[in-house]
Amino acid sequence: MAETAHETHGEDPHRRDFIHIAAMATGAVGVAATAWPFIDQMNPSGDTLALASIEQDISKVTPGQQLVVLWRGKPVFVRHRTPAEIAAAVKDDHADMRDPATDASRTKPGKQEWLILIGVCTHLGCVPSFGTGDYGGWFCPCHGSVYDTAGRIRKGPAPKNLELPDYEFTGPTKVKIG
Amino acid sequence: MSGHSTYEPKTAFERWLDVRLPIIRMAHDTAIDFPTPKNLNYWWTFGGILAVCLVIQIVTGLVLAMHYVANAGLAFNSVEHIMRDVNHGWMIRYIHANGASMFFLAVYVHIARGLYYGSYKAPREILWLLGCVIYLLMMATAFMGYVLPWGQMSYYGAVVITNLFSAFDRLIPGVGTAITTWLWGGFAVDNATLNRFFSLHYLLPFMIAGVVGLHIWALHVPGNNNPTGVDVKSKEDTVPFHPYYTVKDAFAILVFLLLFSWFVFFAPEALGHADNQVPANPLVTPIHIVPEWYFLPFYAILRAVPDKLIGVLLMFSAIAMLFLLPWLDTSKVRSMRYRPMARWFFLIFIAATLGLGWCGGKLPDDVVIAVGRDAVSGEPTGFTVVMLSRVLAAYYFAYFLLVLPLLGLFERTLAVPETISTPVLPKGGASMPSGATASPEKKG
Repeated sequence: MAETAHETHGEDPHRRDFIHIAAMATGAVGVAATAWPFIDQMNPSGDTLALASIEQDISKVTPGQQLVVLWRGKPVFVRHRTPAEIAAAVKDDHADMRDPATDASRTKPGKQEWLILIGVCTHLGCVPSFGTGDYGGWFCPCHGSVYDTAGRIRKGPAPKNLELPDYEFTGPTKVKIG
Repeated sequence: MSGHSTYEPKTAFERWLDVRLPIIRMAHDTAIDFPTPKNLNYWWTFGGILAVCLVIQIVTGLVLAMHYVANAGLAFNSVEHIMRDVNHGWMIRYIHANGASMFFLAVYVHIARGLYYGSYKAPREILWLLGCVIYLLMMATAFMGYVLPWGQMSYYGAVVITNLFSAFDRLIPGVGTAITTWLWGGFAVDNATLNRFFSLHYLLPFMIAGVVGLHIWALHVPGNNNPTGVDVKSKEDTVPFHPYYTVKDAFAILVFLLLFSWFVFFAPEALGHADNQVPANPLVTPIHIVPEWYFLPFYAILRAVPDKLIGVLLMFSAIAMLFLLPWLDTSKVRSMRYRPMARWFFLIFIAATLGLGWCGGKLPDDVVIAVGRDAVSGEPTGFTVVMLSRVLAAYYFAYFLLVLPLLGLFERTLAVPETISTPVLPKGGASMPSGATASPEKKG
């Protein structure tokens, strides 16, 4: 047997290469499989994911007011818009914008007065404040991004409009976010 | 180590140990009898100063970790507990917090020294690269340490820096978001983020210590560069590290510690920010957020560009320039002492970097040079901070990518001395007794 093995080795060096490659490949898969749990542990844990939706009463928010609620650790703006704000947003629907969107696409049909946004600047994550920028909407203090009354990016370094969370009206004055 | 060891074990124990673990021999060859150029000036003392800074940070950090609680609900109050209740806690925390600033101050001088005297050139490229790695680790450590007190600046510092990675969404949609979610361990900076930052903040200083070991190893193969940039040619060009440089370093360290102590005891919050006395609030961002002073030049580069991805990439490239430097500078002459033009470009580079730092602390739309007034608001208009940042950032990159590569080809350099000793002694010090610096009467 030993003789045969030796001969095989001598005759067919590719066989030895194959064993090397197979061993290396198996080893690499093993290392990757071992490393993955140690990398993935940093992703959101089960209890973090479980806090995915909240229900909010919005009956006390009068036109021109804004409620800020914490959802998944982020502020969500629930803005009760005035007719003037809606008109300003609709008027600019076809203006030149970085991330074009109509006002209607940013609210639920028939609920145009309610603008619900994730209150996190799409530039580097600060919380914009309402009423201080041009365009009558939000202004981010960190790097000067300006959003209009539909939360669309109009000026500054942010690349995108303020994000819309998944939400639905579960009653006339109740909204479920997430 | 260069040259062979002159260590002779004196006691029976030392002889016994030397054939088993030659650790005393290593210490002797590294810090006692290591032949060092005899002309090192005070810019060369910052290596020793930095070693002291690292030890101070590790020792004070170790103690703070005994009292600090890495939990989003408790962190802020645990820092207050350290400041008010823990015996000497206020002092230990102020040493640690100001120690970070002192560490960066020293490392910037150390880097500038290397830039001026060409310490990155062959055969010291690896030594330089290891230094760059240490600098990167320092930045990561300092950033995560600043998050731990969980004040408003801590929180939004963490938010902004981690969000830098979301810029990659423009390259491959979703990848940037996946990275930030992974870094946070959630959908926003929160308890999971704070916990992992504490873990890494504890780990990284020991990694820095490890790379410092490699840095010193890489230093001791070619030996120190020196103000002339000329290689050591003979034993007459050197003095033993001890006592010449142990004493010189110790003196510089003491002077540096005076400055350090002044900050700790007389202006402990001077380099901090008032907003960090307010507990982290994910719902409200402070009006004016700025990083710590040592990150301001990079912050100014980030803000100089209106595009998010390009701003982030430029900011990272600013640091990448340091890594590429050994291959960008084409000049054969190491020290800028003999490069009359390079010297000016270097001074402008230092001024531009300091200028970027100044810009980073201002609001982007602040006016530097007023030209007129806004018709509506009456506010001054003109040359703004963001425009100045663009000019300075352009010079920062031009220095590395245009000036240093081209200047080496065209610059007429001054005569470089034959040996380290030539500029000071007519005969190059060849007749000097070995192991002595220039004798007092000749030094005048």
